Amino acid sequence: MSVDAATVRRIAHLARIAVTDAEVPHLQGELNAMLAFVEQLQEVNVEGVEPMTSVMPMDMKKREDIVNDGEIVDKVTANAPESEDHFFLVPKVVE
Amino acid sequence: MTNLTSLTLAEARDGLAKKSFTSVELTDAHIVAVENARVLNAYVLETPVHARAMAAAADATIAKGEAGPLAGIPLGIKDLFATKDVHTTACSKILGNFIPPYESTVTSQLWRDGAVMLGKLNNDEFAMGSANETSAFGPVVNPWRRDGSDVNLVPGGSSGGSASAVAAGLCLGATATDTGGSIRQPAAFTGIVGLKPTYGRCSRWGIVAFASSLDQAGPVARTVRDTAILMRSMAGHDPKDSTSVDRAVPDYEAAIGKSVKGMKIGIPREYRIDGMPAEIEKLWMDGAAQLKAAGAELIDVSLPHTKYALPAYYIVAPAEASSNLARYDGVRYGLRVPGRNIGDMYENTRAEGFGAEVRRRIMIGTYVLSAGYYDAYYLRAQKVRTLIKRDFEECFATGIHGIVTPATPSAAFGIGEKGGADPIEMYLNDIFTVTVNMAGLPGIAVPAGKDAQGLPLGLQLIGRPFDEETLFSLGETIEQASGRFTPPKWWA
Repeated sequence: MSVDAATVRRIAHLARIAVTDAEVPHLQGELNAMLAFVEQLQEVNVEGVEPMTSVMPMDMKKREDIVNDGEIVDKVTANAPESEDHFFLVPKVVE
Repeated sequence: MTNLTSLTLAEARDGLAKKSFTSVELTDAHIVAVENARVLNAYVLETPVHARAMAAAADATIAKGEAGPLAGIPLGIKDLFATKDVHTTACSKILGNFIPPYESTVTSQLWRDGAVMLGKLNNDEFAMGSANETSAFGPVVNPWRRDGSDVNLVPGGSSGGSASAVAAGLCLGATATDTGGSIRQPAAFTGIVGLKPTYGRCSRWGIVAFASSLDQAGPVARTVRDTAILMRSMAGHDPKDSTSVDRAVPDYEAAIGKSVKGMKIGIPREYRIDGMPAEIEKLWMDGAAQLKAAGAELIDVSLPHTKYALPAYYIVAPAEASSNLARYDGVRYGLRVPGRNIGDMYENTRAEGFGAEVRRRIMIGTYVLSAGYYDAYYLRAQKVRTLIKRDFEECFATGIHGIVTPATPSAAFGIGEKGGADPIEMYLNDIFTVTVNMAGLPGIAVPAGKDAQGLPLGLQLIGRPFDEETLFSLGETIEQASGRFTPPKWWA
């Protein structure tokens, strides 16, 4: 399989990465090189094989349903590019 | 006084215990070495004030007879580990001036045991790379050069700063992380030892995530023993990482010097790849012969799905990365680039904040997870992963204790020499190491010889799950037979 220029733009938008028209042909070439490289997986017989979902076989651990953190709103917002009164500020979303 | 920066970690520990020198003296010697080696670009942040305070505190515990196992030992920390109140960037522009209000579990355990932080070490951006050339802080220089040459070489990646700093004597050991070979390949390129532990052995909490089912923290140091000493402090169960395994941490150092007599060592035929340089083949067979001379039994084994590990990795790792890196949106931390609306702000921030390699991997990961392609790519790759793991399980089930392979297909190469036109060329660096991550196994790289141009080469030993101790025993056997490798000092 390979991707065309329109697909490259669609993937970039899904990934929320702005791309210029000038970047598209280059990205298209790189993505197609990677897709060509992984194409060899098609020759593996995977019939009846379970996909790996857990690297080490173990039960999912569950923590107790208790409050063990919090009251650190200063710390949570300390690294924000823009914040005010412990809120993250973003461009206007609703007109 | 002896040169304090050329001691091994074990020698420094013993010298501190005998009060031959203080941690402040040991730390000061390393601070000077770091300042004199800035041309290597190994450290992205030096923290000398912090280091001296930690050293003085360690000296006080030693004086009181309450020293922890790493008391007063100066270490470097890969910039992928969150360090409380100390700038942490994953060497990406997108994290900007991020100052974590928390400490990663692994580093907190090092400080618990008395270690001293010299600073933060360079790495490939978000640990994506095999040459430390994708860092926002620029490439790291390998302290090794080809005989008679002054061309700067890469230290490997992604833990290139860690490897370069350890090899050049800019710390006694360092933390590193390994997703496809990022501990073992740079260790091999710089003539040092690097251990990628079993998945789940070290907590991933507080380490900037790349591919969560593959990432594992581990130590790099100048000897196998030093690596074992660090591992004891880094390993352990952490309730904050749901994949961390609740299992006692052994005294890894006790495995050093243990006989390997009677151990069955597998030599996998699929690692004899087309076009393998004769000197890599020779290094491999020489290493196997060293193990045999120490009483191990060599056995030809087969791991039939080996060739599919790298392509499957380049689906699984980017897919997980595209998901993990979705958090960098210009809202909660790091860089923000304005836009006409919130969507534009996200897209502009991520376009400017991520470097080319990271953007490429996020995009391929987004594609293989997108509607209509998931089964063909991601699901199939996860099934192939099951087969790769099964190969190893069947091999170990026959009584094999460890597997020996080359660590890399070549020695270190020049900065800018590879991957410019075709990203796959760079990815092939991980061809021998990536299988281990796919199967969640432990692997160690140990220096074992030099190539014709005088550059170090490493061997890889692969072990059974949670049997790092056998790797330390086997690794030390090769170290004893091959000797240690120290680069001539040209940088200061």
